[in-house]
Amino acid sequence: MTRELENPLHHFELHPIVPLELFGMDVSINKAVILMWCVCAGMMGIFYVATQGRRIIPTRIQSTVEMLVEFLRDMVLDTMGEKGLKLLPFLTALFFFILLSNLLGLVPGSYTVTSQVAVTGFFAVTVYLISVVVGLYYHGFHYFSIFSPPGTPRWLVPAMVPIEIISQLARPFTLALRLFINMTVGHMMISVFLGLAMWSMFALFPLVGLSVALYGLEVFIACIQAYIFTILACVYIGEAIRLH
Amino acid sequence: MEPSSALLIGMGAAAAGFAGAGVGIGYIFGKMIEAVARQPEAEARVGKYVWIGFALVETIALYGIAMALLIGLRVFK
Repeated sequence: MTRELENPLHHFELHPIVPLELFGMDVSINKAVILMWCVCAGMMGIFYVATQGRRIIPTRIQSTVEMLVEFLRDMVLDTMGEKGLKLLPFLTALFFFILLSNLLGLVPGSYTVTSQVAVTGFFAVTVYLISVVVGLYYHGFHYFSIFSPPGTPRWLVPAMVPIEIISQLARPFTLALRLFINMTVGHMMISVFLGLAMWSMFALFPLVGLSVALYGLEVFIACIQAYIFTILACVYIGEAIRLH
Repeated sequence: MEPSSALLIGMGAAAAGFAGAGVGIGYIFGKMIEAVARQPEAEARVGKYVWIGFALVETIALYGIAMALLIGLRVFK
């Protein structure tokens, strides 16, 4: 006797709540859109509350936000040097958006915005385009010398350039895929194990315990993946600034 | 061979890729412990890279799960 497991992708389906259409494209309001509004409101709320008053001896929220921004600032200075400070607001917004949307997706019943490859793909392509534009801005067409790393012998350059081009072009892909897969698969594993727990009373307690443990791991991975995305963005842009 | 049984074999084969990720994560944390044992002052500096390495290796394991689920959900007819 076989039983059907619930399709684990079932949670990621989006159904329009308010159907809207713009020039033939479907821009209806669904759960993902509402969650994105919540994430933006959350970000604005956190920063507003943190900067209200701007005391010398900070309140708890101000202190937390200050610690996070300082942590990001150190990361930017490490990887990109002084020139990178112009990009600090963008990277802070990116980090907080990814962190909040990962964490808000863990609330039961809500939706993880970053579990859509369209969202993470857009962030990754934006970061990569910024790195290209910054490289061209600071170095002009000399930017394309990153395709032959310094120190390669002359005769090896025609072989190195295609490999370097492929590895550069793989960057936005892996950046997008990493975040998307981490978020999607995390939720899927929890749904698969809880689905198994539903069907086998014998292994109920171990499976539910495993699901709770996976949930905790998910919170941890949510924070780490936001950090990884931001630090890889810093490293890619820093490489474009420094050309090595 | 029936498609459904080939599907299950494919899922199992894709999920066997976790072994590499397990080795990788064990290796990186083992090296961290070794480094801290040699020079405890280096913990903060090296520890920063441990979490980056852990997330990157974990992602490869998740690529394995994603492939297994893609095969199982008949995305590749």
